Amino acid sequence: MNGARTLATAARVLRQLRHDPRSIALMILVPCLMLVLLRYVFDGSPRTFDTIGASLLGIFPLITMFLVTSIATLRERTSGTLERLLAMPLAKGDLIAGYALAFGLVAIVQSTLATGLALRLLGLDVVGSPWLLLLVALLDALLGTALGLFVSAFAASEFQAVQFMPAVIFPQLLLCGLFAPRDQMQPVLEAISDVLPMSYAVDGMNEVLRHPDITAAFVRDGLVVAGCALLVLTLGAATLRRRTA
Amino acid sequence: MVNYSESATPTAILAHGLTVVRGDRTVLRGLDFAVPPGRVTGLLGPSGCGKSTLMRAIVGTQAKVTGTLDVLGHPAGDAALRSRIGYVTQAPSVYDDLTVRQNLDYFAAVLLSGRAHREDRRTAVDRALHDVDLTSHADALAGRLSGGQRSRVSLAVALLGTPELLVLDEPTVGLDPVLRRDLWNLFHRIAADRGATLLVSSHVMDEAERCHRLLLMREGEILADDTPEALRRRNDTPTVEDAFLHLVDAANARAAAPLEESQR
Repeated sequence: MNGARTLATAARVLRQLRHDPRSIALMILVPCLMLVLLRYVFDGSPRTFDTIGASLLGIFPLITMFLVTSIATLRERTSGTLERLLAMPLAKGDLIAGYALAFGLVAIVQSTLATGLALRLLGLDVVGSPWLLLLVALLDALLGTALGLFVSAFAASEFQAVQFMPAVIFPQLLLCGLFAPRDQMQPVLEAISDVLPMSYAVDGMNEVLRHPDITAAFVRDGLVVAGCALLVLTLGAATLRRRTA
Repeated sequence: MVNYSESATPTAILAHGLTVVRGDRTVLRGLDFAVPPGRVTGLLGPSGCGKSTLMRAIVGTQAKVTGTLDVLGHPAGDAALRSRIGYVTQAPSVYDDLTVRQNLDYFAAVLLSGRAHREDRRTAVDRALHDVDLTSHADALAGRLSGGQRSRVSLAVALLGTPELLVLDEPTVGLDPVLRRDLWNLFHRIAADRGATLLVSSHVMDEAERCHRLLLMREGEILADDTPEALRRRNDTPTVEDAFLHLVDAANARAAAPLEESQR
């Protein structure tokens, strides 16, 4: 690995994004609009908005980064630039870290805006520190980037890559405790939800929502999400092959 | 253009029993050939004959390569070769959503990384832009350029690190005659002035006359490995194209002969 090449890659990814202002606007604004929508859907029950709103602050960065990364790396594979880069003295880690860094920065902007909006203007009532919310959101974004990178190896076209979103994200969304508490699910489903990383992302948000201090459960949730992200990133790196058939 | 310098390695590329399998098809069948350093070698043959696969094997991106393949004194695909080879794929591989200069800046940062090389990078990018005659389009988005211009951006990327070996897969496809002539002049300049070895594939036979040496391929095999003059003389034909057709007919006749025997 080489820091300069990682930074150059991150700068290049951001420069590509800058030529596409519509995508930036969608990535940054859609989560904010969804939160506003949610706030007034639950106009009569602010407690429900607190729970769902906090969970969504963790889920949005995951979904956005998943989509963006899977399409971006798929493009890199199909345009031949990946083959070109891997024939150059670029380590796979440089490429992956570059993508994670670039989209991590976008995730920070997105999460800061969404969290700020939810807490300041929409009256989301959080007992713990907003910085912890931001930290979990960032870890979630990293997990989304990792998952996107990984599935892009199995998609032959952008059309297929988009189809991976419901396949990879929706089951986690249904089982993460957003719609029903996980301990009230059918035991098999509860067991499955125990091994899905999004469950921990949402748990972490709820810990911040309810407790003023960093709890042991919060630390566990953060470590699980970060560990999953690193694991999937490693798997993703294994799908980048210098030699292909 | 004959003033090529003797390199430390006697050959730039040396293949022995080179075989490549893709899926259940053997694309290259036990090739033996040598590419001399500091010269322009043409790789010619009909599309589908294995030119691209051979090039991918040389730059080390092709899987399932068996036999011996030494490039610049290292086994093909060796990590030490990655900064010494420039490779241009058939389809231009550049970022459409970056400008020409931004594309070159990024690939230069990968090849010549670090703060210490900042000046070298700027020089390399400017020279590459000049080489492919795209200085006036430096700030245009690559995706907005014409097909020929995009393939020249792709070529410029390969020229960035002053590679010792340039592997160019059909670099002149779809270009007008003036540009084609300019590019071939550039190839010869790179070989003569920078001492680089060039391997250029094409399926247009008139380009064969512009090469120092030729590898003629057909169906995963090498039909001839010689200079254009020798090929014309040996087959007693006026052009390389005729020599190639003569060799193909002879190979077809050889392949058909045992078949007719068995049908009798």
